[in-house]
Amino acid sequence: MIVTSVLILFGIGLVAAVILAVASKVLYVYEDPRIAEVESVLAGANCGGCGFPGCAAAAQGVVAGKAGANVCVIGGTEVAQNVAAIMGLEFSVMEKEIAFVDCTGGIRAEAIYRYEGVNDCRAQHMLYKGSKMCPEGCLGFGTCVDACQFGAIEMGPYGYPVVNPDLCTACGGCVQVCPRGVITIWGRTARIQHLNMVTDCLAPCRQRCPGQINIPRYIEQVSRGDYAGALETIRERIPMPLSIGRVCPHPCEEACRRQHVDESIGINMIKRFAADWEMNSGKRLPIPCAPENGRKVAVVGGGPAGISCAYFLRRLGYSPTIFESMPALGGQLRYGIPEYRLPKAILDWEIEGILALGMDVRTETQFGRDFTLEDLTDQGFEAVFLGIGAWKNASLRIENEDAEGVLTGTELLTRVGIGVDTGIGTKVVVIGGGNTAIDASRTSVRLGTDVTLMYRRTRTEMPANEEEIIGAEEEGVKYQFLAAPKRILVDDAGRVTHLEYIRMELGEPDQSGRRRPEPVEGSEALLECDTILTAIGQKPELDCLYDENGACQLDETRWRTLDAHPDTLQTALPHVFTGGDMYTGPSLVITALGQGRKAARSINQFLTSGMISVPEPLQRDLIPYTMFKDVENVNPKKKPPMPQLCSMEDRTCTFNEVEGTLSEEEVKQEACRCMRCGLTCYNRNPEPDRLDFSEPGVKKD
Amino acid sequence: MDYFVLIIAAIFVNNIVLAQYLGNCPFIGTSKESGVAMGMGFAVVFVAVMAAAITWCVQKYLLTPNDLGYLQTIAFILVIAALVQFVEMFLKKVIPPLYKSLGIFLPLITTNCAVLGIAIICQREEYSLMETVIFSLASGAGFMLALVVLATIRERLEISRVPVSLRGTPLALIMAGLMSLAFFAFKGMAS
Ligand code: SF4
Ligand code: SF4
Repeated sequence: MIVTSVLILFGIGLVAAVILAVASKVLYVYEDPRIAEVESVLAGANCGGCGFPGCAAAAQGVVAGKAGANVCVIGGTEVAQNVAAIMGLEFSVMEKEIAFVDCTGGIRAEAIYRYEGVNDCRAQHMLYKGSKMCPEGCLGFGTCVDACQFGAIEMGPYGYPVVNPDLCTACGGCVQVCPRGVITIWGRTARIQHLNMVTDCLAPCRQRCPGQINIPRYIEQVSRGDYAGALETIRERIPMPLSIGRVCPHPCEEACRRQHVDESIGINMIKRFAADWEMNSGKRLPIPCAPENGRKVAVVGGGPAGISCAYFLRRLGYSPTIFESMPALGGQLRYGIPEYRLPKAILDWEIEGILALGMDVRTETQFGRDFTLEDLTDQGFEAVFLGIGAWKNASLRIENEDAEGVLTGTELLTRVGIGVDTGIGTKVVVIGGGNTAIDASRTSVRLGTDVTLMYRRTRTEMPANEEEIIGAEEEGVKYQFLAAPKRILVDDAGRVTHLEYIRMELGEPDQSGRRRPEPVEGSEALLECDTILTAIGQKPELDCLYDENGACQLDETRWRTLDAHPDTLQTALPHVFTGGDMYTGPSLVITALGQGRKAARSINQFLTSGMISVPEPLQRDLIPYTMFKDVENVNPKKKPPMPQLCSMEDRTCTFNEVEGTLSEEEVKQEACRCMRCGLTCYNRNPEPDRLDFSEPGVKKD
Repeated sequence: MDYFVLIIAAIFVNNIVLAQYLGNCPFIGTSKESGVAMGMGFAVVFVAVMAAAITWCVQKYLLTPNDLGYLQTIAFILVIAALVQFVEMFLKKVIPPLYKSLGIFLPLITTNCAVLGIAIICQREEYSLMETVIFSLASGAGFMLALVVLATIRERLEISRVPVSLRGTPLALIMAGLMSLAFFAFKGMAS
């Protein structure tokens, strides 16, 4: 009996074993041995926190490239290190990622539906779609709170989720359940590379900023006294807060919602305060960068666009080299913006900090003369950023334009910038109405001349900033509106003596929407002068792109700028990218800085995956429904005045900086005026737990 | 007609989980989402039919003639484990998409007492091979039905406010209990 039992069982086992053995031969499927190895080093908890059904599936995901070495959310650095070793990857310190809640709305975003039945974000979303007035904002039912296995997220006092960074494992459980996409898993690299999307919580100011800086966030950080945090927020988007805090014409302030209550927030003043705070402290805040990956990228042009691209490439782990034709970096910031607006010492301090991150700089090397795109490829540069700016001046196309005494505004500014003889006389006429014309006028005043600025339209149509126009007038610049140059008269030596001009009147609106100036026949007049400065527009100098046979592999637009994809900034040559004035034509410094970051993002994606992703809901224009004007229940508050550093006598004879920085108290007062807007919501009244600076130092209850 | 009664009895009256209380761990473990529940249900139907048929042969031609009935449990486990292994290899090679979609459920079935239970019940009731196949198919379907119903209930519960202490498995067990009570209504309709 026992023998039979044993034999039968043994028999069944043997048959099964034989069948399985044969089957394993016949039905053999190759499986990567690394899967088993990876599985053996994972934490083995089968918690599913990583999003895979168990550790075995996670191991398969790693080997299939669907997950990184950091797949295990509870394993920490050690496990990630082991996984990386098996996968043959080099492991460097893991970048801390946490869940980030973009919406800070909550109770401020009014409900327009009555909530019934189930209290769950997903159900509300399915039933009512936009169940709060804001179509993107948090619904506030805390489904994410229930979903978090690690207790890292909870409903904050204002009805929106707050993440505890110490407990968050970046597992993404909350992200999966949030139907509004309010939560993202973010590390520094992802933050640097994020482009504004219409589904983000974008305050009007933030939508308008060409640098895409998270304005409400840094203002809030300043209001809490967290200046370092504010600078970090700014530096995730632009590398030069000190310079931009001085020279930016702050388009964001034109969109500020607060202007419908009293006055726009002094956004740029707040930025300038934070940047100055760092400089005055004498210590540089550390700027975290990814470890170097040894890949080389060439950045041609050391102006704002180039500096920004190189800075972000470095932060993403690349080794950029900047090629600059001038003796020092800075581009228009150094050679086009006068000392009284941006002192060179400050610019130098800022650039020094950026270069300290580790990048090569080759000055006085000119693209097209000293090297070509092919040379860069031969030298091992895997991608190239072209940002040589727009230095070529438009001409007046009138008689005697090349006479002695006729200069371009940028030439004058460059000469002053590098400290060579300017060659100007005592009676100067500046032609143009933009910021360069004003800079040239105010600089000429400081050189002790008598200045007249001639513009062919009226004062209201001048493209220059209002404050600048007023500043120039205060310093003694005379304006000659509705006048256009006709001819330059010269003496026997060929030197300018007079400018003949003709009066203009405004006719029908042209393509730009401004009324077209038309000459008044017979109204010619003479203006005595010995120097004429032209500032009527600049273009990029694209000749450097052509070889000796006149061939060019890149495309030009009809505005004589370099053509590229508007979202990726990739040119006709896949490894060549562009940005700044070379791509846009003369534009703002902040635009160039923003494009430098965009290009760095594209270069990174191009070099790592060969593809550049453009997210579908990219924010390109202002979002119309967020631009409402009726801002109710907000009490008006006074805005602190812009401090002036120089008295008028000093202003017109020295190049000392004109504008100053707000005091700490003023800046906090200004920061507390900010309503921390979302898409449709804003802070009705100042939050009670903030200091009320109407009575300095007194806490309001 | 007999087959019809057999099917009704297996699915509703003697439901393998809700009346026989077999296979509770996969029942709770894989009933969080209806999609997953369907996958698991199909896997169980498939393996249950194969296992019942093969174990029927083992019993009929090997154990009974040799008077070795007491070896039933261990022999069946052996057969089912080998069968699942085989099915896994077969699917992996021949129908990889199905293999992928079944994922971890296939190996889970190896230790699934519902499958073993079905095979043993067939012997206890002395079913013919045909009856065995029909019964195991219906029992598998009964398991799938219970699983899918519980999964849909749990999906609904997921979006409701539930006291923290009851969230997850405790509430799933309470629901399973209530479902079981509901299935008691079928008692006596067929045996
Ligand atoms: S907060 Fe979100 S990402 Fe962080 S641990 Fe919780 S569920 Fe995971
Ligand atoms: S009030 Fe503050 S958040 Fe709102 S638009 Fe103005 S600066 Fe931006």
